[in-house]
Amino acid sequence: MGLFRNRGSAVATRSPELEEALGPGSPIVVFDKVSLAFDDKVILDEVSFTLITGHTKIFLGASGAGKSTILKLILGLLKPDAGIIWVNGEQVDTFTEDQMMAVRADLGMVFQEGALFDSLTVRENVGYKLWEEMKQPLDQVNTRVEEVLGFIGLTDFIDRMPSELSGGQRRRVAIARAMAAKPRILLYDEPTTGLDPITAVTVDEEIIKLRDFENISSIVVTHQLRDAFYVSDNAAVRLPAGTIDFVPADEEKRSQAEFLMLNKGKVHFEGTSDELKSSKDPYLRAFLS
Amino acid sequence: MIEWIKAALLEVQEYLRLVAQTTRALFTRPYYYRDIVEQFMAIGMGSLTVVLLTGTFTGMVLALQSGITLDMFGARSMVGRLVSASMVKELGPVLTALMVTGRVGSGIAAELGSMMVTDQISALRALGSDPIRKLVLPRVLAGIIMVPVLTVIADAIGMVGAWIIAATQLKIAGSVFWNSVVLGLFIQDVWMGLIKPFFFGFVIVTIACHVGLRTTGGTQGVGRATTNAVVAGSVAVLAVDFLVTKLLFVLMY
Repeated sequence: MGLFRNRGSAVATRSPELEEALGPGSPIVVFDKVSLAFDDKVILDEVSFTLITGHTKIFLGASGAGKSTILKLILGLLKPDAGIIWVNGEQVDTFTEDQMMAVRADLGMVFQEGALFDSLTVRENVGYKLWEEMKQPLDQVNTRVEEVLGFIGLTDFIDRMPSELSGGQRRRVAIARAMAAKPRILLYDEPTTGLDPITAVTVDEEIIKLRDFENISSIVVTHQLRDAFYVSDNAAVRLPAGTIDFVPADEEKRSQAEFLMLNKGKVHFEGTSDELKSSKDPYLRAFLS
Repeated sequence: MIEWIKAALLEVQEYLRLVAQTTRALFTRPYYYRDIVEQFMAIGMGSLTVVLLTGTFTGMVLALQSGITLDMFGARSMVGRLVSASMVKELGPVLTALMVTGRVGSGIAAELGSMMVTDQISALRALGSDPIRKLVLPRVLAGIIMVPVLTVIADAIGMVGAWIIAATQLKIAGSVFWNSVVLGLFIQDVWMGLIKPFFFGFVIVTIACHVGLRTTGGTQGVGRATTNAVVAGSVAVLAVDFLVTKLLFVLMY
């Protein structure tokens, strides 16, 4: 097309073999010695971790520990000073903005406070990516929007504006928006901060449902320990009547939710919920108490 | 002082980067046609009332002031000539641009600034939309096209305002006034009056977008961004007016 070209063409189409290699059990997000500093302030110092497909990684840490920065690095909203970042089979740390657009097609992000577009209705917010970026037909978009709003139990709010929703409803709509395009990875940035405990549990349950029913790999950034443990220690099951119940997770499921504690830009702890709870490390004990 | 210079240079660098990205977005897909049409409506139709009022009153006061002065030399019939030359070459483009800066520049900075501080710009990028293509390019296109259109409207309504004063206050016959209007205009003046608003539209909108997209610091930051967009936009309009006028004098006269 000469002067007029489609963006994102720099990311090559994958072979079936590569798709298979990126299937269950394979790493879907890899950080290798990633460092980032703003002027003299070190945000991340050689942070390394791996997220396995279908698993959950829960980032804990004090405010300013670099938790949200990790999500922005995965999305390509920030670039690292050093280190390598692999997301869904692509090395993204050197990607341009146009190349990142192709990677973001498989990513969903739930921002702090939701970050819903306040000039659009709930329907338009949730269907934004499908309609505006994926150019799906309107009836197909509406069907999917109703499906995801049904999944999070907010179908009745479809034509409301974000300003007419409560804090918890806004977070849940943000989750619906992030999952509408069926991403492989969902990133949650403080999804329950500022919510009352009962509303926070409804958000936690949406995270569990997406993990257990949609097999979405997730990274949850939070400093709400109660919510972090709720997500790691519970599983969603569909009852014969079609309703969904939340039960204590079995050993295998619990091992698929890993905690990672950041302290002053470094990884201070990495392990399961049980390992975190039984740790004798003074910093962890202080954080957990 | 060195810190201030460094900060100023950084602002200029970031502004030029935004201009380069916008230029690139103009020639590469995708385009957000619905947003482009919406911005043409918002910037063009939305500014019509204020531009009509500004143009009318400017033309009226110009006729009134110049009528009194010209009367002292027995040249009352030359009012149309003075009004047309002033409106088309200078007052129409500059006053329209300043009005658009106040109305549109502040609106763009506030809207984009609010989107920045509430993470909506990051959400837009996360959902696969480039904010330059989705938010900046439609506004820049609307500014470049609609400011000249608004200027022509302001020029025309300004002369109508002047004619009303000429007819009712100065008792100049309509035929004399309109003949004088035509005599006062040269083709170079018309070109100058048409070319300058393209530059004004471009600087008003790009500065407002740049300031809006660099907003930090919550609601206080949004307020600061809005003020900065209007102040920087207004000064830029006057500076660009001088530079383009000088350039056009060299090229056309």
